[in-house]
Amino acid sequence: MTGSTGSPGTTARSSVPAVRVPRRRGTELALIVLAVLLSVYGYCDVGLAKNGNVPPGAAGYGAGLGVLALLAHVAVRFRAPYADPLLLPIAVLLNGLGLVLIYRLDLETPSDEAAPTQLIWSTLGVGLFIAFVVFLRDHRVLQRYAYLSVVAALILMILPIFFPAVNGARIWIRIGNFSIQPGEFAKILLAIFFATYLAANRNALTYTGKKFWKLQLPTMRVFAPILAIWLISVGVLVLETDLGTSLLFFGLFIVMLYVATGRGSWIAIGLVLAAAGAFVVASFEPHVHSRVEDWLHPFASIDAGDGPGQLAQSLFAFAAGGMLGTGLGLGHSILIGFAAKSDFILATAGEELGLVGLTAIFLLYALLVERGYRAGLALRDPFGRLLSIGLASIVALQVFVIAGGVMGLIPLTGMAMPFLAQGGSSLVTNWIIVAILVRVSDRARGSLLPEGAPEAVT
Amino acid sequence: MTKYIRRASAFCLILLVALLVNAARVQVFQAGSLDDNSANRRSTIQRYDQPRGNILVNGKPITGSKDSGQALRYERTYKNGPLYSPVTGYASQTYGTTFVESAEDDILAGTDPMLSPIPFWNEISRTQEPGGHVGTTVNAAAQQAAYAGLGGKKGAVAAIDPSTGKILALVSTPSYDPGDIAGTGSATTDAWARLNASSDQPMLNRAIRQTYPPGSTFKVVTAAAVLENDVVNGISTPTDTPSPYTLPGTTTVLRNESASAACEDATLEYALQVSCNTVFANLGVKVGLADMVKTSENFGFNDSGVRVPMTAARSNFDTDMNQSQLALSSIGQFNTAATPLQMAMVAAAVANGGTLMSPYLVDRTTTSDGTTVSTTGSRTYKQAMSPYTATQLQQMMVNVVEKGTGTNARISGATVGGKTGTAQNGVNNEGVPYAWFISYAQADDASQPQVAVAVVVEDAAADRADISGGGSAAPIARAVMEAVLNSAEH
Repeated sequence: MTGSTGSPGTTARSSVPAVRVPRRRGTELALIVLAVLLSVYGYCDVGLAKNGNVPPGAAGYGAGLGVLALLAHVAVRFRAPYADPLLLPIAVLLNGLGLVLIYRLDLETPSDEAAPTQLIWSTLGVGLFIAFVVFLRDHRVLQRYAYLSVVAALILMILPIFFPAVNGARIWIRIGNFSIQPGEFAKILLAIFFATYLAANRNALTYTGKKFWKLQLPTMRVFAPILAIWLISVGVLVLETDLGTSLLFFGLFIVMLYVATGRGSWIAIGLVLAAAGAFVVASFEPHVHSRVEDWLHPFASIDAGDGPGQLAQSLFAFAAGGMLGTGLGLGHSILIGFAAKSDFILATAGEELGLVGLTAIFLLYALLVERGYRAGLALRDPFGRLLSIGLASIVALQVFVIAGGVMGLIPLTGMAMPFLAQGGSSLVTNWIIVAILVRVSDRARGSLLPEGAPEAVT
Repeated sequence: MTKYIRRASAFCLILLVALLVNAARVQVFQAGSLDDNSANRRSTIQRYDQPRGNILVNGKPITGSKDSGQALRYERTYKNGPLYSPVTGYASQTYGTTFVESAEDDILAGTDPMLSPIPFWNEISRTQEPGGHVGTTVNAAAQQAAYAGLGGKKGAVAAIDPSTGKILALVSTPSYDPGDIAGTGSATTDAWARLNASSDQPMLNRAIRQTYPPGSTFKVVTAAAVLENDVVNGISTPTDTPSPYTLPGTTTVLRNESASAACEDATLEYALQVSCNTVFANLGVKVGLADMVKTSENFGFNDSGVRVPMTAARSNFDTDMNQSQLALSSIGQFNTAATPLQMAMVAAAVANGGTLMSPYLVDRTTTSDGTTVSTTGSRTYKQAMSPYTATQLQQMMVNVVEKGTGTNARISGATVGGKTGTAQNGVNNEGVPYAWFISYAQADDASQPQVAVAVVVEDAAADRADISGGGSAAPIARAVMEAVLNSAEH
């Protein structure tokens, strides 16, 4: 680990700290500048490719993104000086790239501009990021609100049932022109609850219960909450016909449960339950059933003479990108039609940036997840560890579910590509996730300091 | 807990690898078949995203492109569509491409790798070159003369430069404007339906895609076979032919059109001059099936691979016939059938001293700024006959124009050789006969013949005796030849 060249035991007693944990705020700043420049370059490139000139808003766009990123950086510099220097630049770059892609698609749909709204949501997201970094001085505070969190999460998930379905999924609350997806915020609340619950009941879950063949079964008392979560997931799936969120909640819980207990039996039980639930729902729920059919036969509608469906169009877009992509602004991913800017935003990246660009994006996500896991490894309190693993896993699972869906790897489920996709709720949620990860990583790296060092002031 | 965190991170790594492998599957390994999927509109959109290159006649574009403002942006336009449609064909966003538009599509659409200054540059940069241009061999004056000559009648004209094989005119009437079907939408589909439903078949390229019984014009081929095989002793020696002539093995009597012509035992030259059926039927049988087939194939018959660059229909001379059928085939009837282009090739072979050049329409292709991409050189198709036989045939064909049935084709200041034809048509020959004329011309101050032409008029509304090709077809041929000779002067 960084800086642990000397023995912590000896350095703690010396008056001059021999262990120096670099803050790396300069690195962060340089990477943020790079991220902003890359985004502005992309923005200009789109304009040059489509209209032959630099978009008139390029300076304002660059300044706006730059100011937001700098404010976030300043907040981190003063309030979380030991935070992982990669988290914020990755978030800025993905957010900036998302704005570029949405702006690029806006040019194809002049009557329906999404980029300005997305920029407002970005501002709100960064604002919340700063608020969390500034006011959440210690992540352990969140444990106090565990039960409040789970109640709030349940309310948020249940609310959309009372609102009309949008394109087959009941996941929206729409008031006038303003719509939010409360399920997005529920993800963080559930992760906080899971982390608290599992940190508290770790030992009970691990060591009690009967042994059945090689599997150590948990007692009913600790099993009940888990069953409840499973039922919630299936409930979300059936009532809101939202396969993606259901899959995400369930996957998140399984991962956190495994990390907390280390019992393979949980994984086995989870997979059996998930498979059973998925099979039943896929068989009987028409919306989900059709998604599975589309996945198995993406070109069936073409053979039937109805033209290509969304998934087929998405696959065409990725294929058109090939290795190097067509270049920003030069693809035709708008043929996907509905949800090209949200669920299918990755297809635009795949077509215009190619396999190379797509790989870079996947690696950015992987790096974000890895930094979250790294923070989890470095922390000492079980809650913090589980929380950072949980939040990082949300990002990993979400990327997998939606990217796998639009590329035909798994059945397609409506879900937002973190930071890239159009959609305010998702964007704001992801900024909060990164804020908490920044806080946790600051704690993780800062705690390497010897006791009494000035940096450890809280 | 650390161990389990590491295992969970390994799980995330598996998810990442799965995504990357799947991305490579879609974007690299299956990309080709996805790109080629008929429902994928990308190639169509890209194809019409830039103006199409032009087809040129005498260096001037006869085509254009207009920005339709639609998803498929540029539509093909034609400056004089009906005149040039047998050359250009159409380039339609709905119905694809034909003829030169089809044969040179890669150049015109800008996808030909030869258009790019650096090999494979477009594959790497994913850019498309602007559409290149296609220069044709067509002589605008000859094309216009042929089109004007046919007027409203059904028919076709093909004209060739005998010494090179350059196609100077390719006309088919009634014609249509390919611009009417260039776009998308109901106007296009309506026009398409109307053109296809028309009994006039305006989209049929009669000059290269329709075969007609060549009638008496085929006697030039029979004469070549006779001379090549020494069936007669020169063109001025009387042939041993009764008139009327009874077809071998039958009681069917073959007569001549003109009762006044002295076809009995006529010489080969006189027989061609007045178009004696009896003489050529008799001599064709004497040549024999094998040698008649060989000679006709030397002129291009039975070849389904004549490309100019679009494929011409196969002209037919049966290879398995009895003697009476051979007799009829030798005067261009029975199953003998030829495209106007084929008969122009017959005249061209005679004019060029027996050497038949491959006919071609595309002279050269260039990039959008005029840099040459490729040029087409003249190629010999076959040595159709010996130069001596060709000289004898030239003499006979000139005789036809000066003294015989082809006097309507005479041009002052030039030597013209020709042959008329009237092909019977329909069940029991009740249809209106087709009038044919094939000819070549050489200006007196020129070193070699400059043009060979074949004209067919389907609905020659005149009585049989008048038609004989000389009445309706010969003046058209003369106008085309004059146009070529005049344009050669300046």
